[in-house]
Amino acid sequence: MSDKILYGYSAIFDKPDDIIKAAKTIAESGYTKYDVNTPYPIHGMNKAMKLKPSKLGYISLIVGLSGALAAILTMWWMNAIDYPIVYGGKPYFSFPAYIPVVFEVTVLSASTATVLAMLFFFFKFPNNSHPLQGTEYMKKVSSDKYGVIILQDDPKFNESEVKSLLEKLNPVEVIPIYWDNEEINHKHKILEPKFILFLIVVAILNSGAVYFVYNKLLYMIPFSWMSEQQKQNPQQKSLIFADGYGMRTPVEGTIARGHLPYQFAGKPDLAGEKLVNPIPVSKASLKLGQEKFDTYCSPCHDYHGTGQSRLRGQFPNPPSLHSEKVRTWSDGRIFAVITEGQNVMPSYSTQLTEDERWAVINYIRVLQRAMNAKESDIK
Amino acid sequence: MISSSTIEYQKKELPAKVRTIALGLLFFGLILVIAGYFVNPARMAFNNIIGLTFIVSIVVGSIFFVSIEFLAGAVWSTPFRRIAEFLTYGVFIIPLVLIPLFFNLHDVFHWTHPEVVNADKILKAKAPYLNVNFFAIRVIAFVLIWIIFQRVLIKNSEKQDLTKDQHLTAKNVKFSAAFIPLFAITITFTAIDFLMSLEPHWFSTIFGVYYFSGTVLASLAAITIGVIFLNENGYLVKGLTQDHYYSLGALMFAFTNFWAYIAFSQFLLIWYANLPEETFWFLQRWEGSWIAYSIGLIFVRFVVPYFGLLTQPSKMDPKRLKIMAIWILFAHLYDLYFLVMPNYSRSGVVFNWFELGFPILIVGALLLLFFELSKRKNLVPIGDPKLKRGIDFRL
Repeated sequence: MSDKILYGYSAIFDKPDDIIKAAKTIAESGYTKYDVNTPYPIHGMNKAMKLKPSKLGYISLIVGLSGALAAILTMWWMNAIDYPIVYGGKPYFSFPAYIPVVFEVTVLSASTATVLAMLFFFFKFPNNSHPLQGTEYMKKVSSDKYGVIILQDDPKFNESEVKSLLEKLNPVEVIPIYWDNEEINHKHKILEPKFILFLIVVAILNSGAVYFVYNKLLYMIPFSWMSEQQKQNPQQKSLIFADGYGMRTPVEGTIARGHLPYQFAGKPDLAGEKLVNPIPVSKASLKLGQEKFDTYCSPCHDYHGTGQSRLRGQFPNPPSLHSEKVRTWSDGRIFAVITEGQNVMPSYSTQLTEDERWAVINYIRVLQRAMNAKESDIK
Repeated sequence: MISSSTIEYQKKELPAKVRTIALGLLFFGLILVIAGYFVNPARMAFNNIIGLTFIVSIVVGSIFFVSIEFLAGAVWSTPFRRIAEFLTYGVFIIPLVLIPLFFNLHDVFHWTHPEVVNADKILKAKAPYLNVNFFAIRVIAFVLIWIIFQRVLIKNSEKQDLTKDQHLTAKNVKFSAAFIPLFAITITFTAIDFLMSLEPHWFSTIFGVYYFSGTVLASLAAITIGVIFLNENGYLVKGLTQDHYYSLGALMFAFTNFWAYIAFSQFLLIWYANLPEETFWFLQRWEGSWIAYSIGLIFVRFVVPYFGLLTQPSKMDPKRLKIMAIWILFAHLYDLYFLVMPNYSRSGVVFNWFELGFPILIVGALLLLFFELSKRKNLVPIGDPKLKRGIDFRL
């Protein structure tokens, strides 16, 4: 035994009250380097051991505040400076929207920093082995006993005094704890080959598992049932058709409903002569016409077709729809303008189907009639 | 955990000074209220709502505090549970505060005017819920529920002082379990009926929780004030330590954050969605001098208590905790004013002696009630089997 180096003197107790009393006595005797090990946190231990409040909170505070600041600055830079886009009509820098993010980042950074600081500063990680590890003492205090240990490097430490002090506290037993000779001579390096090898093995296993799951496992039955379904996807090769194309072209000469080819491209006057409005004037048609006119035409032509654009000069004002010229145009002539566009007005054939174009024309007739009412209309 | 302590409780009477102060406050408040009703009944009716929701917060929140203790089997609050129990006797004051309101319903709730409702599509659709008869039924039912559970829980607790019968605790656990869901329902609908329906077009699904957070805060603050004043002067059982104070402070701190969380959630969703049927409620509180009041709410209700209770010493020091508890009680009034008064004065904040009447009256009434109860009953539940463990409670 004499060749072993003492780590500390431990005492084991049966009851939580005894351990509190023991901690109090030891603290009052002036020892500073001692520790208490219990299976669960015991209320009042901080006070009995005269522990000062932990400094850990300051680390949480500082890192948390930095996290909050970083989140605010990031969002401010991205949303208000570097790439400003209007979202939902809110200002570029809209603080209420940032608060949830700031809150989350604060909590995340503070809690991560707290755990890491606890491990590295307070638990002195990486600390591969501890003299208490695997001892009989540790086994007991981590199941049903309460232990206290006075460390040998305490300035007041004196083997016989400590022993008698502990024995006076009525413990179940008093055990000296020694350093493991092998451990004390062994200098732990973070770049130890064993440790590096361990890391490499973990890395290989980890990446292998991830590779297997995402590239192999998910393509095996039954894991692949969601991704492989009995249907033809766009661009997929077909096994049914001889040419192998999954996407079929319609029969030659097929015309989709409402998409009759326009025969008068570049010939608006001819269109005006030949085309006849197929949509009879009805309440439904006028309502549809008004809706489409207000959506697509009114930004430039104004709700009443006067040409008083709502775009405040960002786009040239169109001529009025109430001019003699437009009023005497046939429906087909107006249809040609909507379909092909005129001067700076672009084509609206993609926005409005044929029927909708005719409905808009019906509505334009209503506007024209209203703006140029005859005497008989007023009566 | 140190089981060496013994229960040392000597019943002492509160000084007669308390009674004088309570009576003084009560009469002063009563004069202000009566004078207010003569000068400006409409304004007093709005103040009546503030006063009512304020006392409901303290009293019903205290029943909640007591039942939570039973339900959770908490021991730390047992040594001063009687203070919360005394406050619950305020359920008998609630009907008195309700009476003047029932005579002035037309001044505060415009859904009580049939001609307004008939002309309004939305109010017409809400009429099956928002009508005077159903409103009265609800209010009476809620007050009855509170009174019944107050009687049951507190009677059992007081009986235990004499009989020391442990089964009474087990009984109260069952009653508490029944009360918690009823509490959730009643407090939610109290918030909807008295506060949200002041602006019957507006709705917010989180509003009940908003009022609940304030309720818990107000009752905790009232209990904390009582605990500190009584314990510092030796009226309570010996052995209450800063660990008990800390727990009260930590709860207040938690619910301060909870309030901020709820209040901000409500604001964020309405602000983000930007729907005119919701935003107008906040826009009203953003008009004229209300803007300063609304920004002030963030500081009064959240920032000050947050930093006031953040550190460990601030929760353990009775002096600082007392100041924060009084502040939180004040902040609850501030919050209720924020919820109610913009409906009275659209253009800006109004404050005069009208606003003082009800709070003074209620504080005086509760204080007098407390004094009278303390003469007849023990200030500590001496028969409670959890009492000793409660005194031994350490963090």
